[in-house]
Amino acid sequence: MTIYQISIFLENKYGKLSEILSILTQENIRIIAATVADTSEYGILRIIVNEPQKAFQLLKDNNISANISDVVAIQTDPTTEDFARTLTLLTKAGISIEYMYCFSVKEKAILILKTNNWDATRDVIRRENIRCINEGELVNL
Amino acid sequence: MEYWQKELETISRENLEKFQLEKLQQTIRQAANSPFYKQRFKESGITPSDIRSLEDLKNIPFTTKEDLRNSYPYGMAAIPLRKCVRIHSSSGTTGNPTVVLHSAKDLDQWANQVARCMYMVGLRDTDIFQNTSGYGMFTGGLGFQYGAERLGALTVPAAAGNTKRQIKFIKDFGTTCLHIIPSYATRLAEVMYEMGIDPRKDTKLHTVCIGAEPHSEEQRRRIEELLGVKAYNCFGMSEMNGPGVAFECPEQNGLHIWEDYTIVEIIDPVTLQPVPDGQVGELVLTTINREAMPLLRYRTRDLTCILPGDCPCGRTHKRLARFKGRSDDMIILKGVNLFPIQIEKILMNFKELGSNYLITLETVGNSDEMFIDVELSELFTDDYSVLQRLTKEITRQLKDELLLTPRLKLVAKGSLPTQDGKAVRVKDLRKTI
Ligand SMILES: [Zn+2]
Repeated sequence: MTIYQISIFLENKYGKLSEILSILTQENIRIIAATVADTSEYGILRIIVNEPQKAFQLLKDNNISANISDVVAIQTDPTTEDFARTLTLLTKAGISIEYMYCFSVKEKAILILKTNNWDATRDVIRRENIRCINEGELVNL
Repeated sequence: MEYWQKELETISRENLEKFQLEKLQQTIRQAANSPFYKQRFKESGITPSDIRSLEDLKNIPFTTKEDLRNSYPYGMAAIPLRKCVRIHSSSGTTGNPTVVLHSAKDLDQWANQVARCMYMVGLRDTDIFQNTSGYGMFTGGLGFQYGAERLGALTVPAAAGNTKRQIKFIKDFGTTCLHIIPSYATRLAEVMYEMGIDPRKDTKLHTVCIGAEPHSEEQRRRIEELLGVKAYNCFGMSEMNGPGVAFECPEQNGLHIWEDYTIVEIIDPVTLQPVPDGQVGELVLTTINREAMPLLRYRTRDLTCILPGDCPCGRTHKRLARFKGRSDDMIILKGVNLFPIQIEKILMNFKELGSNYLITLETVGNSDEMFIDVELSELFTDDYSVLQRLTKEITRQLKDELLLTPRLKLVAKGSLPTQDGKAVRVKDLRKTI
């Protein structure tokens, strides 16, 4: 139901983003998805990779402030209806979404969600039979 | 309570003052041999015999760092150079450096002074002492080296830098005590934890002597917690030999300044008049136990105060409060006087933050603003609204303390500048109008 996401503190300095990404790619870590949320001063880079624990350790070894956490990964059909339906179900259950982003792998759309209430989110997913993926499935997609 | 020199450390104030007067008169006669003081006494019409009481010291003009620079290199020598055995020099960023000359007797007395400090905080000949100071001309190296040897400790003159090697020595040699600058102590602890070493369990460290860099009580507690040690504040300055001038006792409440070595005065840096105990002012020191290069009423530029009252440890030598900064470090912004240490005190309360910060003063439009960059320790969240709330909370606390609102920015760890291993704390880019 969940996969690992690595969050990285990012200063808005020229070249910082590519420097961080190349630390990972040099060690053959595959970056599946990346998104940056930022303010004028700093941002948080969020990435999904094929070997999250190794990537997290690499970042630590390079003295980079990073965090590893679980996020919900929902597999939807790449059609707007399906996407909207999932969000409506969550909203109806009184869950608010802190952030989300979407990426696709081999024509499958993956929606990453962070909500304010993990237990309620899990209940909705089970009850409504929403298709989620786990770490193993993600890597094998 | 055990003392290195019980009689001298617990001497009655009356006997101490008698002792001081005798040593002061000796020192003034000695100083008159140097080209600098010969001239100074002549100009101010003073002869050594005019000093009949400790009160009379006030008739002698102050000696400043500028005087030391102008006397470079040998203008303050009060004995022939052939009687001198060592010279120390402090790096001068502007103009000439300053030097201090030592006779063999001076070095012997200095070693005793440092040994007394180390004994006071519980160190014995069974200890293994690792000195992470730079050696060479910097007095924190050789000063502690000779002191620790006098004490009889096994010394590890590791010198500065190379963190991995420092950690290896600590582990392999069973180091029990470090002399270290505070910002490096936290860095060293962080690296140990990153390497999977828990200094509280995996090393024999029990004591660290921290100095050479202003730090707050919060930073000391953090060092103690991280390393599992007792951390004692030490004060030294190259003009006054180096380490050993004043040192905390086990009470960790003020630094005993050894008054059989130094006469201490606290003055208002503006009016130059003495201030009462408990009031902050500039520290002025007179050496009374040095023959090669006596200094009379030396203005240290350090701001501190004398703590009133007796110390439970039984030592009768006065205690200096934690240093409040340098009289030249004081920041005046929008008419408000403030010190970097006030900012540090607040930042250290947030465990989300690392120990490095940088204060930048800059003119924006028509007004001068304060910018503070502070390093995050670890990213503890994946949500930047949490970071924004943190920024707001720190800013609020800083505003309460400083009475002005700084612009705070969180930066990645390891991104702030350091110079010779010491953190750069203040950058003043203001346009002078
Ligand atoms: Zn005491």
